[in-house]
Amino acid sequence: MSAPLAPAPTQVRRPPGLLSRAWSVAAVPVVVTVLSVLLGAAIMLFSELLVPGRPFDWGLPLTAYSALVSGAVGNPDAIVSTLVYSTPLVFGGLAVGFGFKAGLFNIGAQGQFLVGALGAVMAGVALANVPAPIAIPLAALAGLVAGGIWGFIPGFLKAVSGAHEVVSTIMMNYVAVQLLAALVSGPLKVPRSPSPVTFDVGNAAFPVILGRNGHLGIALALLAAIFVWWLLYRTTWGFEVRAVGANRDAARYAGMRPKLITVATMTFSGALAGLAGTSVLLGVTHSMTSSFGTTVGFDSIAVALLARSNPLVIVPAALLFGGMRAGAGLMQIKAQIPVELVDVLQATILLFLVASPVLRRVLRAGSRRVGPAGSDAVVASLGGEAAAS
Amino acid sequence: MTDQTGTSLAPALEMRGITKRYPGVVANDGISLEVHPGEIHALLGENGAGKTTLMNVLYGLARPDEGEILLDGRVVRIAGPSDAIARGINMVHQHFMLVPVLSVGDNILLGEETMANRVFLDRKEAHRRIVELGRRFGFEIDPEARVGSLSVGWQQRVEILKALYRNARILVLDEPTAVLTPQETEEIFAVLRRLAAEGHSIVFISHKLYEVLEIADRITVIRRGRVVGQRRPAETNEDDLAELMVGREVQLTVDRGTSHPGAPVLRVSGLQAKDDRGNPAVRGVDLEVRAGEILGIAGVAGNGQDELVESIVGLRRPSAGTVSLAGTDVTGHSPRDMNEAAVAYVPADRHRFGLITPFSLADNLVLTSYYRRPYARGVLRDGDAIQRDAASAIERFDIRTPSPTVTAGTLSGGNQQKTVVAREFDRELKLLVLDQPTRGLDVGSIEFIHRQVIAKRDAGTAVLLVSAELDEVLEMSDRIGVMYAGKIVAVVDGRTADKNEVGLLMATGGADRSGITPVEARP
Repeated sequence: MSAPLAPAPTQVRRPPGLLSRAWSVAAVPVVVTVLSVLLGAAIMLFSELLVPGRPFDWGLPLTAYSALVSGAVGNPDAIVSTLVYSTPLVFGGLAVGFGFKAGLFNIGAQGQFLVGALGAVMAGVALANVPAPIAIPLAALAGLVAGGIWGFIPGFLKAVSGAHEVVSTIMMNYVAVQLLAALVSGPLKVPRSPSPVTFDVGNAAFPVILGRNGHLGIALALLAAIFVWWLLYRTTWGFEVRAVGANRDAARYAGMRPKLITVATMTFSGALAGLAGTSVLLGVTHSMTSSFGTTVGFDSIAVALLARSNPLVIVPAALLFGGMRAGAGLMQIKAQIPVELVDVLQATILLFLVASPVLRRVLRAGSRRVGPAGSDAVVASLGGEAAAS
Repeated sequence: MTDQTGTSLAPALEMRGITKRYPGVVANDGISLEVHPGEIHALLGENGAGKTTLMNVLYGLARPDEGEILLDGRVVRIAGPSDAIARGINMVHQHFMLVPVLSVGDNILLGEETMANRVFLDRKEAHRRIVELGRRFGFEIDPEARVGSLSVGWQQRVEILKALYRNARILVLDEPTAVLTPQETEEIFAVLRRLAAEGHSIVFISHKLYEVLEIADRITVIRRGRVVGQRRPAETNEDDLAELMVGREVQLTVDRGTSHPGAPVLRVSGLQAKDDRGNPAVRGVDLEVRAGEILGIAGVAGNGQDELVESIVGLRRPSAGTVSLAGTDVTGHSPRDMNEAAVAYVPADRHRFGLITPFSLADNLVLTSYYRRPYARGVLRDGDAIQRDAASAIERFDIRTPSPTVTAGTLSGGNQQKTVVAREFDRELKLLVLDQPTRGLDVGSIEFIHRQVIAKRDAGTAVLLVSAELDEVLEMSDRIGVMYAGKIVAVVDGRTADKNEVGLLMATGGADRSGITPVEARP
C-alpha cells in the first residue's frame, strides 16, 4: 500500500501550485501523444523502404503531419470538420469515462452507440414531418433511451448475478450489430430500394449551427461534458459513483448501495454512448445504412483513457482524435500516406497509455516515488482517481 | 546475554550524520548509529519518525544527501539492495517477501541459487544447509514445506533463514512482531538472541516499548528524523521511552475513571452469522451493552469477532438471532439505517472499509453524512460546508495534515485513524462499535483515541470494543466478554479481570481442565 520510501509528512507540505497540478494532469497524455507521433514518423520512413524505385525522402513525415494538421485546423471548414468528427467521441469518451469512475469498464460503448443511432433513426423517421422543435428533442431522446437500455442490461446482470460487464457488454455489441443489420435490411428498409437503407429523418435532423456542416450535436456534446463534470463533482450522486469506483467496501460501509449505483452508472453510460450514435445519425448521415457504424465506440475508450476519465479533459482528447480523422484525407492526398496511419497513431497512443504507470515513474524519477507498476496501478490510472496522489 | 558494546572493536555498522531530504520533508536529519558485533540494537520511533527511511539508506534503496556508512570501520557506498546483501546486510521486511506457492527451500534459494552445475540447482546440498542453519538457531524446518501453508511465525523464520543463507552479518528486522502472537514473539526473540550470541548484529525496528526493553542491548530513539536519545534497557522504562518517542509525557495506561452504566442500549440474542465463505462464524451470541459502559470483546483474531460486529452494524445479514437497539428490533437493517439511528462504527480495516484513500480528507470526513444537511441540499453538495467542518474536525481531533484537500492515502496511519474517529465520534451517539481501533498505531495516537472513547462513554454512549490486543481490552473495558469459536464463552468484570485468566479463556475457550469457570457479569 504505502510506497516504501515516502516519509510520512512530518512537516507541513505545501499544496502544489496550479502549474504543477496542470502538469500532473497533462504530462502523461502529452508525452504519450508525442511518442506516438514519433513512432508514426518512424513507420512512415520505414514504409518508404518498401516501395521499390521511390527516392527516399527524410522529409516525408513532416510533409504528412503538416498535411494532417492543415486538414484538421488549416481553414474554417477543416476546423468545423474536426468538430463534427469529435462530437461522437466526446459523448463516447464521457460514456466510457463515467463508467471508469464507478470502477466499470464499459467496452459496450460501440453497441450502445449503434442502438442509440437505431433509436434515433426509428423515432426520426416516424417524426420526419413533425415540426423540428418537437421532432428533434424526441428523436434525440429516443437515441438516449435506446442506448440507456443497452447499458442497463449488462448493469442489471452484473448487479443480480455478478456477470462481468466486460464480457456482457462485448456480447451486447454483437447483438447490436446483428439487430441493426436485421432492422435496416428488414422492417426499416425503404421499400424497393436496391440497397438496405432507411428513410431520411427529415425534420428531426440536427440543424447546422456552424459553417457548412457543423450541427447542433457539437454544442450538445460540450454541454454534456460540463453536465457530467457537474454530476460527478458537485452532486451527491457523483460522489456515490466515485466512492463505489474507488472503494466498493467503504461505499457499502458508508451506507451507499453499490449494486444500485452499478446499474445506474451502466444505464447512464449507455445513454451517453447512445447520444454519440444519435449525434452521428441526426447530425451527419440523417439515415441509416447497414454499414452504419464506425469505430466510434472503441475510439471512445482511447479518448477516455487519454483524458484519464476527467470529463473536461475528454473534450480536448476527443478533439485530438477527431482532428486526426478530419485531417487524414488531406494527408493521403498530399503525402500518399494512407488514412489508416491515423488508426496506427491512435492504437499506439492506447498502448503507451496502458504502459503509463511505467512512464509516470520515468517522468517522476528522482523527485518522488510511486507505487509498484502492477495491474492495480493500471486500474487506478484507468479510473483516474487514485493516480493523482 | 553478552553486551559487547564499548569494546575496542570497530562497530560492525556505523552510520554517521545521515541526512535524507524529500521535497518538503527532512526524513533523516543527521542521524548517527553504531551497531557492534553481537549487539541487538533497537530503533524506536513513532510511525513517520524516519526509521524506515534510515534503513532504506542502509539498504541502498535511498541515497543519503549527507553522511556516510561504515562497515567494520571502512567507509562504503552501497549501490543497491544486491550490493547491500553482498556486503552482508539483510533486511526482513514487515510484509514478507516470500512466494507462497514455492517450498521453503526454493524461497530461500531464490536469488541465491546453489548450483550443481551450469543448468541444475543443487537442491540436496541447499536443503542440507538450510536444515543445518535452522538447527544451529534452535528450530527444525522442513525445506520441502510449502511456504503458503506455514504460520506467520514460521514464515518469519524462513525470512530470517533466507538472510542467514546469504551469510548476513547485519540483520535488519522491520517491526518483526507486528503480525505475531505473543507466543510466536517469544520464539522469535529466542532465535534473535542465538543469532546475537553467534556474533551477528541485529537492528530491531519497533514502536512497541515493552518489546524493545525485553530484547535490545541498546535503544536509539528517533523523533521527527533526529536521534533524541539512546538508552540501555537497564537504565530506562516504558514511560521514559514513550516520552522520548513522542516528545511529551504520555499516559500509557488510560485513566478509565468510573462508569455509570444506564439502561441497556444494545441487546444481541441468539445471533448467528456466516463468514464470506459461508461457514458459520458467529454461533449463537448473546450480549448486552448498557449506556455509559464499555463492553470489551477479547479473543484471538478470527474467532468470529469481525462477523459479529458486521452483523450488528448492518454490513452482514445474520442467519439467525436478533439485534435490538434501545428496545427496537434492528436486525438486518442497512448500514445507513444504523448510522441514522446514532450508531457509529470504527472498522478494523481502515483501508478497506473506513476510508476511501484516493478521496480528500474532507470527503472522507463526510463519508457517512455526505447526503445530509449541511453537506448537501437535495443532490447538490455544499463544498463550503464540507471544507469548513473539515477544518474544524482537523483541529479538534488533531489530525496532522497540510490541508483538508490532500488525499487520505497520503496521511500516516495514526492520522488516518484519527480521521475515521473524527467522523464517527463527532455527533451524539447511542452506540459506538469499535473493531481494533488502535491496530498498528503509535503510542501518541493510541492515547488520543482511548481518551476519546472514554469521553464518549462518559457522555452516556454504549461502547462495544473488539480488540485482539488483550491489554487494550483489559485497560478500557468495564466488562469483558471472551469470544472463542463464534461464541462468548465468558463475561468477566473489567476491573478485576486477570490477564492470564482471560488469556487462557481466549486460547482454550475455557472448556478444558484449567479450573476456570466462566463468570457471569456483575452489574
